[in-house]
Amino acid sequence: MFFLQQGPAETTDYMILGLAVIFVTMLLHVISLRVRRRNLEKDIELLEELEGK
Amino acid sequence: MERKPRLLTVLDVLSIVLLAVATWMALFWAPMEALMGNVQRVFYFHVAAGWVGMMGFLLAVIAGIAYLRTGAGKWDIVGLSGVEIGLVFAFINIVTGSIWARPIWNTWWTWDPRLVTATIMFLVYVAYLMLREGIDDPNRRARFGAIYAIVGFVSVPLTFLSIRIFRTIHPTLVGSGDPAALGAFDMTPNMRMVFFFSLFVFTVIGIDLLWHRIRLGWLKDQVEQRKFQLMS
Repeated sequence: MFFLQQGPAETTDYMILGLAVIFVTMLLHVISLRVRRRNLEKDIELLEELEGK
Repeated sequence: MERKPRLLTVLDVLSIVLLAVATWMALFWAPMEALMGNVQRVFYFHVAAGWVGMMGFLLAVIAGIAYLRTGAGKWDIVGLSGVEIGLVFAFINIVTGSIWARPIWNTWWTWDPRLVTATIMFLVYVAYLMLREGIDDPNRRARFGAIYAIVGFVSVPLTFLSIRIFRTIHPTLVGSGDPAALGAFDMTPNMRMVFFFSLFVFTVIGIDLLWHRIRLGWLKDQVEQRKFQLMS
């Protein structure tokens, strides 16, 4: 694509897509960690209730 | 329940701030590449994600060896955490590479040695997670995970070296690559600075996420132990 090219190619859309993939993937992983932790904390609360009975 | 360490909170904040700074530097500090245009800016995070991914898999090997030597369950948690973090960043690396390739190579995907070895590496570690889940006995699961992480690591140096030992169109950043590579470029001092800063930032983010994942593993272990105690 670079033959006879005058100046940089217009590739801004691909840059935005790439950055979006990076941020969304990291955000989803953080959410996944948070959700799994919350579920385990609920399990511990339940187990404590059962142990108390 | 164990309280979140203050250092981890500091690391969380630091990760967010550093990522914002690295993004600003990649977008505004580094100059636009003369031929590829703005999509080249993805390269800073693409390489950094690949680096963190491989470090995650290396950690799984170290944890695997430590588990086989000591038999301590904590090493299984560390190894599993390393693989999970490695997979997240390897995924980012592969997908951003594909996005970069579309305007530069005029295709989303090609059966180039680097792309193939990176995908095999990714799938090897996806299989690690899937196969682990099929083993009920925690000791057998941990032993399997340790051995698999050590053997599966063969795919990591193979991926790293693929652009140096095979004929490829993938650009080589360190050392000499194939002259047929498409999209290679010389970094200006500002580009180099952003590149190394991004490597540092992604390493900090990787450590932060790894710490969270290890804490999650410990909590899961506690829940399983308490369930076992309650049932026995």
